[in-house]
Amino acid sequence: MSKAPKKTDANQEPPTTGHSWDGIQEFDNPMPRWWLWTFYACIVWGILYTIAYPAWPMISKATPGLLGYSTRAEVAKDIASFEEANADLKEALVNTDMLAVIEDEELNRFAVANGSSVFKTWCAQCHGSGAAGAKGYPNLLDDAWLWGGDTESIYLTVKHGIRNEQDDDARYSEMPQFDDILEKEEISQVVEHVLAISGQEHDAALASAGAMVFEDNCSACHMSDGTGDREQGAPNLTDAVWLYGGDRDTLTETVKYSRFGVMPPWSGRLSESDIRAVTLYVHQLGGGE
Amino acid sequence: MAILDKHKVLEKNVSLLLVFSFLVVTIGGLVQIAPLFYLENTIEDVEGVRPYSPLELAGREIYLREGCYVCHSQMIRPMRDEVERYGHYSLAAESMYDRPFQWGSKRTGPDLARVGGRYSDEWHVDHMSDPQSVVPESVMPKYAFLSNRMLDGKYSGDFLKTHKILGVPYSDEMVENAQNDFIVQANPDGDYDAMLERYPGAQVRNFDGEPGVSEMDAMIAYLQMLGTLVDFSTFTPDASR
Repeated sequence: MSKAPKKTDANQEPPTTGHSWDGIQEFDNPMPRWWLWTFYACIVWGILYTIAYPAWPMISKATPGLLGYSTRAEVAKDIASFEEANADLKEALVNTDMLAVIEDEELNRFAVANGSSVFKTWCAQCHGSGAAGAKGYPNLLDDAWLWGGDTESIYLTVKHGIRNEQDDDARYSEMPQFDDILEKEEISQVVEHVLAISGQEHDAALASAGAMVFEDNCSACHMSDGTGDREQGAPNLTDAVWLYGGDRDTLTETVKYSRFGVMPPWSGRLSESDIRAVTLYVHQLGGGE
Repeated sequence: MAILDKHKVLEKNVSLLLVFSFLVVTIGGLVQIAPLFYLENTIEDVEGVRPYSPLELAGREIYLREGCYVCHSQMIRPMRDEVERYGHYSLAAESMYDRPFQWGSKRTGPDLARVGGRYSDEWHVDHMSDPQSVVPESVMPKYAFLSNRMLDGKYSGDFLKTHKILGVPYSDEMVENAQNDFIVQANPDGDYDAMLERYPGAQVRNFDGEPGVSEMDAMIAYLQMLGTLVDFSTFTPDASR
């Protein structure tokens, strides 16, 4: 198969490698110069690279590289540069009363734009990307507020959340499960009463009996007239806004087994200025008080 | 040309070629892989990371079984946009007890490395049962059946043992009490003090709000603890690593 290399002089062709397969031979051309130099340049570049950047493993650490590059330092620098670019606005946002921010056109514009991004990142999964909510997750566009719709109330709700275990200052209230407390008959009566006060079709006889049950069991939180109490996050039962549904079946389920909506606290994840920004964003959506 | 002639010996002898190829790969491996096991740069001592509790581990196993990793990664990369969206970038130590790891480089859904505590349990039940009910834009399939599949934790002990073989430091006590710990984590009325001592920071709740321990409970227990073990308000990772 293999023979010694030999020159084919007739046409001044390059030498062959001396390999021959069924009479087919292989030219032994030199590498193209440009290719060869690129190859050497890559080797040199590779060596320089490992000197400039963290690379070689030593006894306890890898060589840090002459440029002192570190991914963590890079991301910290990146974040800091953005923080710095907005530092004045963020500081103003943290130090200004939120009602005053609303009056300050420039600051308010920044707060709402910032709050809009915060909302889309952290809040939209439950409250919807348009803040219209879903069953069990309040609509933030309307005038109905469980815990208050002024800036201070929204701020506290965002910061500490509702009925969560992580934050001791979380808003808390718990509706009893009336399945264990009331008779079946009383439950259907009180449901009819709620249908009545919310202006829906109802059985008048059951509803009037339910008024008594409501007064005895529900009025402490929902008030005698059913308009609710924001101190306790007790919803207004006389309007057309329902978090879980206002039809007979859903109301019965709610009375029997209660509801326990949880919102996480955001103080650990969001900065003070982000919390204020998202508060102002939610406040200006339509229902702010 | 002398060295090339010597090289011919290798080229003409298959067994020798195999031995020398192996030798070269070994050197490469030693230089690239071995240092990762001893370099200070790669081993970061992080406070708070502990092995998964039996219930969390079961949830993790369901996560693997359902192929959640196909769409969800669990690795927040050290880049500003990721940190802003998901929270502090992931530390290697946070997945030190993962067998196998869930890092991933493909996201159809969001990264889940710090999903713990981000949503309420109820949201997870709603979302797992019918993702579009809370996120209309979502393309995630429905996993409502998890609620119907009840678990008794019978194999929790064996399970912990397997992970122990793989290097997760489960103690004999943990293995012995595995089934009990499994049940009690989903029962806020139970006697869970010993479990909490074995797995500090574990969350005890009836995760899906329904009686009994279902796969939904296990899944939510797992999701709600993801990324919560390291307290970044007290722990500051090394600035350059």
